Amino acid sequence: MTMHTTTPAAQAAPCAGARWQGNGVSDIRRRMVDRVATALCWAATVLVLLMLFSILFVLVRNGVGGLRWVTFVHVTLPPGQAGGLANAIVGSLIQTGLAVLIGAPVGLLVGIYLAEFTATDGKLINFVRFVSDLLLSAPSILVGLFIYMIVVVPSGHFSGIAGALALSMLVVPVVVRTTEDMLRLVPLAMREAAIALGAPRWRMILFVCLRAAREGVATGILLALARVSGETAPLLFTSLGNMNWSIAPGKPMASLPVTIYQYAGAAYADWTALAWTGALLITTGILMINITVRLGLGRNRK
Amino acid sequence: MERSATSPSALTGAAKGNGDAVFAAIVRCSAALILLGLGGMVAVMAWGARGAFARFGPGFVFDKAWNPVTQHFGAAAPMFGTVITALLAIVLAVPLAFGIAVWLTEIASARIAGIIGTLIQLLAAVPSIIFGMWGFAVLVPFMAHYVEPLASHTLGRVPGLGTLFRGAPYGTGFLTGGMILAVMITPFICAVMRDVFLSIPAVLKESAYGLGMTRWEVVRRIILPWSRSSVVGGVMLGLGRALGETMAITFVIGNANHIGWSLFSPGNTIASLIALEFPESAVGSLKFSSLMAAGFLLMLISLGTLVCSRLLLRTKAAGR
Repeated sequence: MTMHTTTPAAQAAPCAGARWQGNGVSDIRRRMVDRVATALCWAATVLVLLMLFSILFVLVRNGVGGLRWVTFVHVTLPPGQAGGLANAIVGSLIQTGLAVLIGAPVGLLVGIYLAEFTATDGKLINFVRFVSDLLLSAPSILVGLFIYMIVVVPSGHFSGIAGALALSMLVVPVVVRTTEDMLRLVPLAMREAAIALGAPRWRMILFVCLRAAREGVATGILLALARVSGETAPLLFTSLGNMNWSIAPGKPMASLPVTIYQYAGAAYADWTALAWTGALLITTGILMINITVRLGLGRNRK
Repeated sequence: MERSATSPSALTGAAKGNGDAVFAAIVRCSAALILLGLGGMVAVMAWGARGAFARFGPGFVFDKAWNPVTQHFGAAAPMFGTVITALLAIVLAVPLAFGIAVWLTEIASARIAGIIGTLIQLLAAVPSIIFGMWGFAVLVPFMAHYVEPLASHTLGRVPGLGTLFRGAPYGTGFLTGGMILAVMITPFICAVMRDVFLSIPAVLKESAYGLGMTRWEVVRRIILPWSRSSVVGGVMLGLGRALGETMAITFVIGNANHIGWSLFSPGNTIASLIALEFPESAVGSLKFSSLMAAGFLLMLISLGTLVCSRLLLRTKAAGR
């Protein structure tokens, strides 16, 4: 359709071009506008890159001093006593790990539903995809409030498992999105071959399609892990944080983001220093996952 | 490995149809879980908010007071802050995102664009609390020492418009909050714009260049008209993100529940109000219920924005 509209214009090019070039004043003006616009595009790109480097620079400058052995083996202590982040790091690992364990299977199944069940429930699928996309961008603090109301209030106490549940609600939509996209890339011929061999549909989906798409699906799960490991807001009212060593999922549990939040605003120099170190750790981890995933994706595309 | 070894024997099994039915049921249940998740969030918020709405009525939305001592609560101030910071973020982020998207698709070579594009997307992966700390450590002093005094001495003297730029240079406030949000949402908007710009048929652009159009004219007259609705959708997506952002804003907004027309005045947003005051409110108290009501309003605002964004992005995708 677009071809038809452009063809006559392309044929008229020589005479139009000749007239445009003839007019000196407007020509200079047009070139000036173009130069300015190009310069502004450059400026925008440079500015945002500067922001990124500024963030990384500040993180390294303020955080690198705390990268000592003590930080990784000691738990958080009152100001003045060489405390560390051990409980926060372990708590974060447990909660994000649990969140992925809970969220990824649900996300996988919903992704399968969206990609493979279009023939039977088309309208409903569009709605589920729509809701999943909404959940992807829903305010994460409200997810925390939701879990507070349905888990923390009935059970009577904050817990690591509540934190993991809140995070898993953020894992699901990310996994759904990538799983669906990856399953749609699996060629029809593979499905037909599996069905022709007499495989039931569920075996075809799980062991042929999902197997073929496993790298992309794993990517999605990793990205989800990266996204939730920096989330603070959903944990504030669910796992609360804990100054002591705690790995019991039924008890309040420390986590890096919440500890950073509590320490960053503190008036003690050693606490703010620890907050920066925690921030450096978490950002490095997340950026590493993202870079790995992107490099992997780039390699596969070629 | 183990799975593929068992599959051939199971393929000939008699329980074929049964397995399919069970699998379909499991998959549909998971899909229902997603619907329950979002529906549950709205319902639980509404339920928690019933006390505040019963006490203050619809006036809760327009009431500027937030006073725990007199037990008088209204959501107008944090709602104002939420909307103003998000709009400021959009005003600042859209030109940036647009410039970067044009740079990536039209100006830079494919190789460089790949690298820079990845760097820009990394910015989207940085957790919001890191933006908050960066804002507090870098942006707030910068605003307080340079931008705000300068702006109030120059722009602040302009009649009418000057109101926006007067006030004590605390460094924290609506403008700083909006700027942090702008940095955070620029990569999201940019990613959407870049994808649409790349989807434009090359023939369209080539014939425009062939006619002697400059690069800016191609962007202005070919690329923008082609991608308008998706660009608006991307902008709304960014707006939705900005509305619900919590941690970054909490560090730089100043946390004062008042409505001021100066961009430098400290304010509050619904999300940061909840983050700060929720831990201090007892379950079932009026304050608790008011915070839930504020959360419910935030839910409505951000869902409304996101729905618009998805509809705009989807009509474009379907029409292609």
